[in-house]
Amino acid sequence: MYEFKYHRPGTVRQAANLLVKNEDAKVIAGGHTLIPVMKQRLASPPHLVDLSHIEGLDTIEMKGRSLVIGATARHADVASSAIVGEAIPALANLAGGIGDPAVRHKGTIGGSLANNDPTADYPAAVLALGATIVTNKRRLKAEEYFQGLFTTALEADEIITKVMFPLPKKAAYVKFRNQASRYALVGVFVARRPSDVRVAVTGAGSEGVFRVTAFEEALKKRFAAKAIEGIEVPAEGLNSDIHGSAEYRAHLIGVLTRRAVDAANAKE
Amino acid sequence: MAKISLIVNGNPVTANVDPRTLLVQFLRENLRLTGTHVGCDTSQCGACVVHLDGKAVKSCTTLAVMADGHEVKTIEGLAADGAPLHPMQEAFREHHGLQCGFCTPGMIMTAIDIVHRKGHELDDHTIREELEGNLCRCTGYQNIVASIAAGAKAMAKSDLA
Repeated sequence: MYEFKYHRPGTVRQAANLLVKNEDAKVIAGGHTLIPVMKQRLASPPHLVDLSHIEGLDTIEMKGRSLVIGATARHADVASSAIVGEAIPALANLAGGIGDPAVRHKGTIGGSLANNDPTADYPAAVLALGATIVTNKRRLKAEEYFQGLFTTALEADEIITKVMFPLPKKAAYVKFRNQASRYALVGVFVARRPSDVRVAVTGAGSEGVFRVTAFEEALKKRFAAKAIEGIEVPAEGLNSDIHGSAEYRAHLIGVLTRRAVDAANAKE
Repeated sequence: MAKISLIVNGNPVTANVDPRTLLVQFLRENLRLTGTHVGCDTSQCGACVVHLDGKAVKSCTTLAVMADGHEVKTIEGLAADGAPLHPMQEAFREHHGLQCGFCTPGMIMTAIDIVHRKGHELDDHTIREELEGNLCRCTGYQNIVASIAAGAKAMAKSDLA
C-alpha cells in the first residue's frame, strides 16, 4: 500500500470539504473493496476520508412509502433489520448473501453503490426497485446513476448519504455464484412494482448492471415464470471468460429470472 | 504518523502508526499478538478474524487507524494465561477441530461470533453456511463443524462469552 493521510470527519459537510480540498482523495467506509485494491497498488489515493464515524449516516427507516437506508448501513445491518425484512424482504435477503459474515460486518450499501462493481449485488436491487440515490448535492434516479463498469454519475466531491427504495408489490433476488470467488456469475433482481415490472441483471453485463426489457414487458402482462418462456436473451454485450461464456450467462439470466419470479410469487 | 488509542483484549493501547498499517499488522508486529494469522491477505480465508466492537471482522482488510477509539478482541483475549481455555477453544481441542492449526484462531473467533448472533443450538447447515469466510485446507471441516456445535452448547453454561 502506498502512503496516505487518514481523515475522520464528523459530518457529511466536513467530509465533502475534505474531498474538495484534497485532490484525488477517496471516501472509505467499510473498506472492503478499497483496502484490497490499495493493497494491490491498483489505487493510491493520497487521502482517505472515513465516513464510518458520521452519526446518523447508517440509519434504516421508513419514510412515507419509501424504505430509506443510510449510506454507511452495513450489509449485516440491512440483512438483520426488522424494518427491511418487513418492507422489502428480498433486499434483506440480498444483503445477507453478500460476501461472508465478517465482510457483511464491514461492507456498506453506499460503498457498494459508489464502487459499482459489475458483479456487485446491490446495483441490481437499486435498478430493479427504481430506487433514488441521495447525495450531499442532489437526488439521482437509478437509471441515470449507473454509467458502466465501476462508473457512476457521482462527481469527485459527491458523497452518497442514503438510498430511497419505493416499496414493490413483490420482489426477489436470485444469484448464481462463481464457485471459487462466490461473486455473482449472474444475479437477477425481479421487482413487481405498482405500475410495472423490472428485471435487473448483475454479473453478466460487460457494462455492468442492466435491465431486460423483453422480460419486463412479458412479466407486466402476466407475472409468472411461464410468461418469459421462449424469450431469448441475446448473448451480445455479455461477459465471456473462463467462468462462463456469454451464451451461458444469457441462458442463466432466463433461468434465474424464472426462479426469481417463482420466489417472488411464493412470498405471498 | 497517526496516533491511535484503542482497547485490545481489555487493555488500553496507544500507539503512533503509519495510516497504511493494517489492523492485523498492528496486532502482530506492534503488540506481538501473533495468534491472529495472515493467510490469504485478500479477505477470503478468515485466518485474521478478530472481534471489533464485538463483531467478527477480517483484520487484514481493516486499517489500524479505523480501529482508533474502538475495542478489539483477539484469540489471546479469550482466556487468561494458565486459566482454563474458553469453551470454544476447549471444544476444538476435544473434537480435534484442527490439524495444522493455522486457521484455528480465525475459526474460533468466527465460531464465537456465530454463537453471539445465532445462539447456542446450531445445526450443521447453519454452521457450514456461517463458515463461508473461513477456509481450512486440512480437515475437510467435519471436526470443525462438530467443535463449533459442541462449543456453542458449552458456552451457554460458561461465564466466558
